[in-house]
Amino acid sequence: MKETKQMSVSAIQDGTVIDHVPARNLFKVIQILGLDRIDNQITFGTNLESKKLGRKAIIKISGVFFEDEDINRIALVAPDAKLNIIKDYEVVEKKVVVVPDNIVGIAKCMNPKCITNFESVTTRFKVVSKKNVSLKCHYCEKITTQENMQII
Amino acid sequence: MKNRSLVSIDDFSTEEILRILDLTEEFEREPTKKLLEGKVIATLFFEPSTRTRLSFESAISRLGGKIIGFSDSSSSSVSKGETLNDTIRMVDKYCDLIVMRHPIEGSARYASEISTVPVINAGDGANQHPTQTLLDLYSIRKTQGTLDNLNIFMVGDLKYGRTVHSLMMAMSRWNTTFNFIAPEELKMPDEFKLYLENLGLKYYEHNDFTDIISKADIIYMTRVQKERFSDPIEYEKVKNVYVLRNSMLKNTKPNMRILHPLPRVNEIHTDVDNNPKAYYFEQALNGVYTRQAILCSLLGIIKERTEL
Repeated sequence: MKETKQMSVSAIQDGTVIDHVPARNLFKVIQILGLDRIDNQITFGTNLESKKLGRKAIIKISGVFFEDEDINRIALVAPDAKLNIIKDYEVVEKKVVVVPDNIVGIAKCMNPKCITNFESVTTRFKVVSKKNVSLKCHYCEKITTQENMQII
Repeated sequence: MKNRSLVSIDDFSTEEILRILDLTEEFEREPTKKLLEGKVIATLFFEPSTRTRLSFESAISRLGGKIIGFSDSSSSSVSKGETLNDTIRMVDKYCDLIVMRHPIEGSARYASEISTVPVINAGDGANQHPTQTLLDLYSIRKTQGTLDNLNIFMVGDLKYGRTVHSLMMAMSRWNTTFNFIAPEELKMPDEFKLYLENLGLKYYEHNDFTDIISKADIIYMTRVQKERFSDPIEYEKVKNVYVLRNSMLKNTKPNMRILHPLPRVNEIHTDVDNNPKAYYFEQALNGVYTRQAILCSLLGIIKERTEL
């Protein structure tokens, strides 16, 4: 199993490996973390087999170490993601994703009558439930539930 | 409270709410002091609301303030495609405070974040209408002498009525018992009942409008709107069931008062109007004093002139 992984996506010397990303949300994770806008070397694999997720994706970013605050932004799309911090080809630290108290600019408010769906306003939500994530809009005060959640 | 906006009733602590109510009392005693002389207040009504606008404009005029604004967005730059962002950034240069009514939910919060002057939300779609809630609280406290431990009956459209939702949330701060009387289609939504359960407050639900109201301290009536029903036959069935008539008030408590946010259609029969328990027109008048108290608090005028 481990060998397969290494063949699919080669190892990095220093940086961060984000594993257990749901395959369908790979590009959302890339977008949320702004990986499409940096110059570092990035390799990723998708539609890899996973017992837990069915099909998962993995991202390896050279030379980047994320702050917890940044990495928690992917909680909405990859709640089970695991991070391995790599230094000199060794895993020196493991991290999991924690759903933050506030979500800024990631999700779309499901209320069609909300101001954020009319003008260019950055969406802001308070996380009212972390288990089955539900968000309360800072503007219209309506709840957006996980099944209705859309990532911008 | 100086320079703060009032967007949602939850923006104010219990202490701040009580301070507004105390101040409202002062304005009721003396509603025409020229406290707003030299101030310009913008009333931006992106959708028409005659009662709310007149109440604000009366409150401002009696205090000597000047009003600029519009009462319908068809007569404003919105019809030319201007964004709310641009309208607010312009208007806040012209005035000391903005009163805004807008059909889009969350628009008031957004405006308060852009504006350099305080914003009072005079209704943002189905979301919030905090000055209505404050005037309701004032009317309840004035007629009952207290806000504590009251039994409040809410009747009519409890599903879509933002007024009853805001009032229910606000009154939950004072150990209120609630009775909800509504047709099946317009019942109080579960999220609000859950809110009360989490606070350990008692509520009872009824389908019939009967002499159960003899227990009420306050009966809060609302309009059952035809457009809420998908089936017009269902509307015809309920529209005459939730009507309050003078004959139903015989066994009610002497302190009981009837409130209604207005406009009324037929849900309170006109034969109730002369009953001393009818309080809805006084309630509308209280709205003027309440808005005076809110305006002066947010403008920081009260602190400057302590003799009031």
